[in-house]
Amino acid sequence: MAERELKKRSAPSRTDTEVEEEAAQGTQKADALKAEMDELLDEIDEVLEDNAEEFVRNYVQKGGE
Amino acid sequence: MAVPKICGIETEFGIQAIAPGEQNPVTASSLLINAYVNHAQRKVDWDFVDETPGNDARGFAEESASPPEVETHLVNTVLTNGARFYVDHAHPEYSSPECTSAREVLLYDKAGEEILRRSMRAAEALYGDQGRIVVYKNNSDRKGNSYGCHENYLMDRQVPFSRVVKNITTHFVTRQIYTGAGKVGHETRLGEGMDPEFQLTQRAEFFEEEVGLETTLKRPIVNTRDEPHCDAQKYRRLHVIVGDANLSEVATFLKVGVTAAVLAMIEDDWLSKTDVSLAHPVKAIRQVSCDLTLSEPLDLASGRKATALELQWELFELARKYQLERGLACIGDEDSSNEVMVRWERVLETLERDPMELANQLDWVAKYRLLTAYAERHGIPLSSDRIAAMDLQYHDLRPAKSLYQRLGMERLVEEEQVIAAIDEPPHDTRAYFRGRCLKLWSSSITAANWDSLVFDLGTDPLRRVPMMDPLRGTAAHVDKLLEGCSSPAELLERLGS
Repeated sequence: MAERELKKRSAPSRTDTEVEEEAAQGTQKADALKAEMDELLDEIDEVLEDNAEEFVRNYVQKGGE
Repeated sequence: MAVPKICGIETEFGIQAIAPGEQNPVTASSLLINAYVNHAQRKVDWDFVDETPGNDARGFAEESASPPEVETHLVNTVLTNGARFYVDHAHPEYSSPECTSAREVLLYDKAGEEILRRSMRAAEALYGDQGRIVVYKNNSDRKGNSYGCHENYLMDRQVPFSRVVKNITTHFVTRQIYTGAGKVGHETRLGEGMDPEFQLTQRAEFFEEEVGLETTLKRPIVNTRDEPHCDAQKYRRLHVIVGDANLSEVATFLKVGVTAAVLAMIEDDWLSKTDVSLAHPVKAIRQVSCDLTLSEPLDLASGRKATALELQWELFELARKYQLERGLACIGDEDSSNEVMVRWERVLETLERDPMELANQLDWVAKYRLLTAYAERHGIPLSSDRIAAMDLQYHDLRPAKSLYQRLGMERLVEEEQVIAAIDEPPHDTRAYFRGRCLKLWSSSITAANWDSLVFDLGTDPLRRVPMMDPLRGTAAHVDKLLEGCSSPAELLERLGS
């Protein structure tokens, strides 16, 4: 890992600030994603297959390729 | 100098027929494809003359290896976008046309999904309320049966195959950290101490050999099928069977783009001096798939240890130097190849920081996040049937049922482009000639293959037009010719065939 970081410093494609900004944006994005996930979980039961056990049991495929 | 990495993806889809009586998957697959073809265009059969899937790239055939069967009796057709749509074993399969960049492959892969959706609708119209066919873009049934998603890359025949094997294996093992489609649990005996709740990939546990010709038993990480579908003196086609079928556009884009870049480096002998060969690739592919923390060190042949993420960083650094010194024109136009490098770097950075930030970009992360959130909310374990059902339903291609579609993942291609690619071939490979001829004169074309078209003009014997170079037959080469021809007879006369 140290070796990699050294290499990255020797030829950075982006500055540290840019990388940090992206990390901050990443955190914001993660919060927004969590809110979206809660919303999705509220409504997802409507689309899920009715009988999970039977659905999983009946999903049988032949090997391919 | 690396040859252009003409590439494509072939996907076998999971299929469930829900109907009274006959539910044989072979019949259902045939019905599905016929429904689409009869609805969309006249059927043109596949030409099997030059199919040789039993040839081995190492120059021999193993005695124990059983070459794959070619099933000539099943539905097999060619579409106006240059793709092949057919029944393979007991699955509907879509093979994209030949493309020149990762972005183009992604576009035609997504067009394939839309073709399968239209096929389901066409079949539903046939069944009425008597039943339906449902298609899944995944790779296993959770009961030990796997079906494939294969990539193909054009390579220079002069590059020794042993060098390809030696240098590509590490990439195939470590790329799983962004190419995985994710799976709850496991369905084979993985190895001592391996009992994961969730794996990065659907396919890793089905690989038992480092290199070989098989695709259905004892699957090898590097497949040696030597069937170039073009001039075998100049080229080989690397047939890659080790990937998952992705719904995520970022994952498909990186899977193809990065692999093309690594193969270009291998052709130019950039990897021979590096020290990334794995000591035990078959064990390592399982280790990587089972390690959600991306922190388990793998044993290298040199005695060194490194994680999949560290090895991907090493490949990235080499690729960046390669791009600076040689350029990446061989993996497509500048926009696509630059984006491969930018996204590769960002995905590795983010995986290093927190993989969950990639929940809107990568399949395995999106699925893991959804399933764990659902399990937590309902107080059920990941091993429950409800979660297994959701795992399968992530891959359901019906818009109303697809959990993938509900997740609002990042898109790299516009929906309008995808719809156009259902009908229009890529402009920059021989797929253009194939697709255009089918569009113009399908009633005079009796058969097609990757490297030929067979015309029936009604009078002469059948006329076969060979297309041995994937880079010829582009819009630039043949548009004028096609525009100047009012009939297939005129085309054949001008071609002198």
